[in-house]
Amino acid sequence: MALEDLFKVVKDRSKADTKPKADTKVKKPGMGVEIPRGLLFKCPRCGTVVYRDDFERNRSVCSACNYHARISFRERLEMTADKGTFTELDAGLTSLNPIDFPGYEEKIAELQESCGIKEAVVTGVCKIHKYNTVIGIMDSNFMMASMGSVVGEKITRAFEYATEHKLPVVLFTASGGARMQEGIISLMQMAKTSGAIARHSEAGQLYVTVMTDPTTGGVTASFASLGDIIIAEPKVLIGFAGRRVIEGTIKQKLPDDFQSAEFMLQNGFVDMIVERKYLRPTLSKIFRTHNYTRMEEYKGGAGA
Amino acid sequence: MSELTATQRLALIREKGRPTVRDYIPALFANFIELHGDRHFGDDAAIIGGVATFSGIPVTVLAQVKGRNLEENKQSNFSMPHPEGYRKALRLAKQAEKFHRPVICLVDTPGAFCGIEAEKRGQGEAIARNLMEFMMLRTPIISIVLGEGGSGGALALAVCDELAMLENALYSVISPRGFASILWKDATRESEAAELMKITAEDLMHFGVCEHIIDEPDGGAQTAPDLTAENIGEYLAEAVPRLKATDIDTLLERRYNKFRKIGVFAEE
Repeated sequence: MALEDLFKVVKDRSKADTKPKADTKVKKPGMGVEIPRGLLFKCPRCGTVVYRDDFERNRSVCSACNYHARISFRERLEMTADKGTFTELDAGLTSLNPIDFPGYEEKIAELQESCGIKEAVVTGVCKIHKYNTVIGIMDSNFMMASMGSVVGEKITRAFEYATEHKLPVVLFTASGGARMQEGIISLMQMAKTSGAIARHSEAGQLYVTVMTDPTTGGVTASFASLGDIIIAEPKVLIGFAGRRVIEGTIKQKLPDDFQSAEFMLQNGFVDMIVERKYLRPTLSKIFRTHNYTRMEEYKGGAGA
Repeated sequence: MSELTATQRLALIREKGRPTVRDYIPALFANFIELHGDRHFGDDAAIIGGVATFSGIPVTVLAQVKGRNLEENKQSNFSMPHPEGYRKALRLAKQAEKFHRPVICLVDTPGAFCGIEAEKRGQGEAIARNLMEFMMLRTPIISIVLGEGGSGGALALAVCDELAMLENALYSVISPRGFASILWKDATRESEAAELMKITAEDLMHFGVCEHIIDEPDGGAQTAPDLTAENIGEYLAEAVPRLKATDIDTLLERRYNKFRKIGVFAEE
């Protein structure tokens, strides 16, 4: 299927999602009128309710608090890569069931259907402001982008490809952590990906992490934290342990901004917080300052 | 070797009196000198590090410290390291590389500590850094799981050339209780989870995660700690000189491939 067709599918689906559903009505605050849920977006950070169309036009960023919401692989690709430059790598990898976890294959099949992607990360090569780069995008709609064999293998191969072709890597991380349904195999993906990054790094190539909502668990404790430069989107969740786990351990409630991008910046684990609208120029400057050369003169315009 | 279920082994490794690194270090090594601190923040008592000799060969020892009683456990935080513990381990591993000493990691932890301070000081980054640096460390690394190998907290000391496990030791992505509680929303199904997760030494041999199983006496290491230490010693006596004699580039290539090939997937 051509990429354009894929976009059509996604657009159609997102339209389908916004169709008013009779059984899911919400009350707009302060009004006695019932509004269909699909038309509105309620910010999980500040609670502000806005029209979904406006929210999406604003790159899925909350206009009230600047929370950068979760977006799909396709939306991310469209706002990141130069139009028509993306070629997917290792598209044919799919999960098996290493510990025979009941219902795992069915769950994967369902998600492939509903998300329109085969696994929680899509990798490939593209241009950003005419700079050739390997790119990886994790999609939290797919089992909270947890890392199992396929995620580990695709990321590892992406780094190996970049090492071989002397390319930088930009990874958009989002994950609930290791995929428990694959048992110990999922834990080993942390070591495997870190090894591939070590070799890419030793070959003198650049790795930029863009931490998006949420970057947690075994992904924070492996490839997400190993970028030469670590960028985070505003207000996203970044951490190792789950909030409830920590609250259970210390028997007290945690402050709201705990494990936010801002918290990580303050504690020295993120280089900078960059808004979506400035990400392409920021990446472009980073490539420029690392001696990568543009393939041809850039004339502007995003969208894969 | 006994035929115990994962649940039975889980009970066994939690039994009071199971030997810890405080028993094994003096039994296995001579001339042990403990070295403290990560040189950035502090010293974490959950990981003991130091230099020693094993059968006359200088080695670096990195060991996660379970307590034998409540007092010891409080001191070593129930063997749940903070970031500075992992950073101390990395500092000493780099030192081992400089002096061409093999590194021996004794793994025994429920997991990395989950708390405010651990997050502030970058628990995720500390573990990630160890995974990357240990993969490239130009000296042999042997890891031995003594009891609990708890998730990333264990893996941070288990990127190695060879992983050995005591016969009853378990190594898993999350505790069986956590697994049941997250995937089935029912922590009481712990024992069902333990069987399903495939976390015994034998299971891990099958997945290519573990290379060697070290015998325990009947009833577990606790029934004869000295005998268990002897079995560990026998394994090290064979493995340390063998890995030390292997060309380092060959060793690094093998280490990379050991992890590189772990994964179960289909490809069109």
